[in-house]
Amino acid sequence: MENQEKLDEFQARIDAGEKIEPKDWMPERYRQQLIRMMSQHAHSEIVGMLPEGNWIERAPSLKRKLVLLAKVQDEAGHGLYLYSATETLGIDRSELVDQYLYGSAKYSSIFNYPTMTYADICAIGWLVDGAAIVNQTMLARSSYGPYSRANVRICKEESFHKKQGYEMLAKMADGTPEQQKMAQDSVNRWWWPSLMMFGPHDSDSPNSAELIKWQVKLKTNDELRQHFVDRMVMEAEAIGMELPDPDLEYNEETGHWDFGDIPWDEFWNVVKGNGVMNRKRIKDRRAAHENGEWVREAANAYARKKKLQQEKAS
Amino acid sequence: MTDNNNDNWPLWEVFTQPKSGKPHEHAGSVHAADKEMALQNARDTYARRNEGVSIWVVKSKHITASTPEDMGPFFDPANDKPYRHPQFYSVPRAVKKRS
Ligand SMILES: [Fe+2]
Ligand SMILES: [Fe+2]
Repeated sequence: MENQEKLDEFQARIDAGEKIEPKDWMPERYRQQLIRMMSQHAHSEIVGMLPEGNWIERAPSLKRKLVLLAKVQDEAGHGLYLYSATETLGIDRSELVDQYLYGSAKYSSIFNYPTMTYADICAIGWLVDGAAIVNQTMLARSSYGPYSRANVRICKEESFHKKQGYEMLAKMADGTPEQQKMAQDSVNRWWWPSLMMFGPHDSDSPNSAELIKWQVKLKTNDELRQHFVDRMVMEAEAIGMELPDPDLEYNEETGHWDFGDIPWDEFWNVVKGNGVMNRKRIKDRRAAHENGEWVREAANAYARKKKLQQEKAS
Repeated sequence: MTDNNNDNWPLWEVFTQPKSGKPHEHAGSVHAADKEMALQNARDTYARRNEGVSIWVVKSKHITASTPEDMGPFFDPANDKPYRHPQFYSVPRAVKKRS
């Protein structure tokens, strides 16, 4: 049993703005919530490579191919920073990967939508990485030291992801009528899913209060979403893109942009596994993992052989 | 289900030196079968933008760290030695101004 005194001491440290480090005492529930949240974040970075990787070979120029390759490689890096940080909580990476590929671990639903045109790559950079930045900037101040540091590292790389997408979208918005139509179509499809990346409304988010009490998160889903909407309205206008929400309206009283009802039925449907791409994504991830098995084994055999040679030589 | 033990590459801690003349700093960890691979993985993971001019890797199991429980007693000896700090000493006013 965790005694009240220890819990109070822990809460006092959090309230004083101290960071919790791997070997520090922490409530079991804090540890479990972090493992769930951090590994979910890591899985999302990894699966996030698939919709964009889909377009690397078909990028419209060598420059865009290089940019997209670098971005996708960064996402792999983000996944690895986060797995590394999650492992400090005393869980092995192979177990995390197993929960994700063969168990019930979740990842962000945004990656279960298809990327049908190259304009989707532009819209993803702008909207999806844009939403990720809002979230991760907050997480960079999270109470768990390794998670906070991983997000600091991630944030340094994300602004390029967003900017390259925004730049391309601006170009298309300024292009031929076909390009304009293509760009607008992808913004129309990605807008609502990107709003849903912040998770359910605060009133439907049972974990939120606890995570905020422990300063794992510093803002609620709705606060983050509002911050994102305010910013994106401005950025959309600057490049002449329309956001597909007739209810968007500036609210003089609050100083924020009001927006329409989010299509939650669709969200929950995708979360439950019925999105267009759910099955394909997990199938592709499993195949990548299983087809890499011989590489992992070969590397182990090589390491064993070299160790043996060294022992003989000395 | 695939087996877990194909992923039993050991864990390595990674330290990067941001610039020459600066100390090495802990960056995170990687899994790798041997030390060469650990260095390469560390470069690809933690130094894609010249964040390091030098990298150290060491197997995590070889690191010994102080524990939070020791925090008090272990560092105590430093607490009662104010004479290790320059503020402990007084110097003539005229000299103080200049330094
Ligand atoms: Fe990322
Ligand atoms: Fe990104």
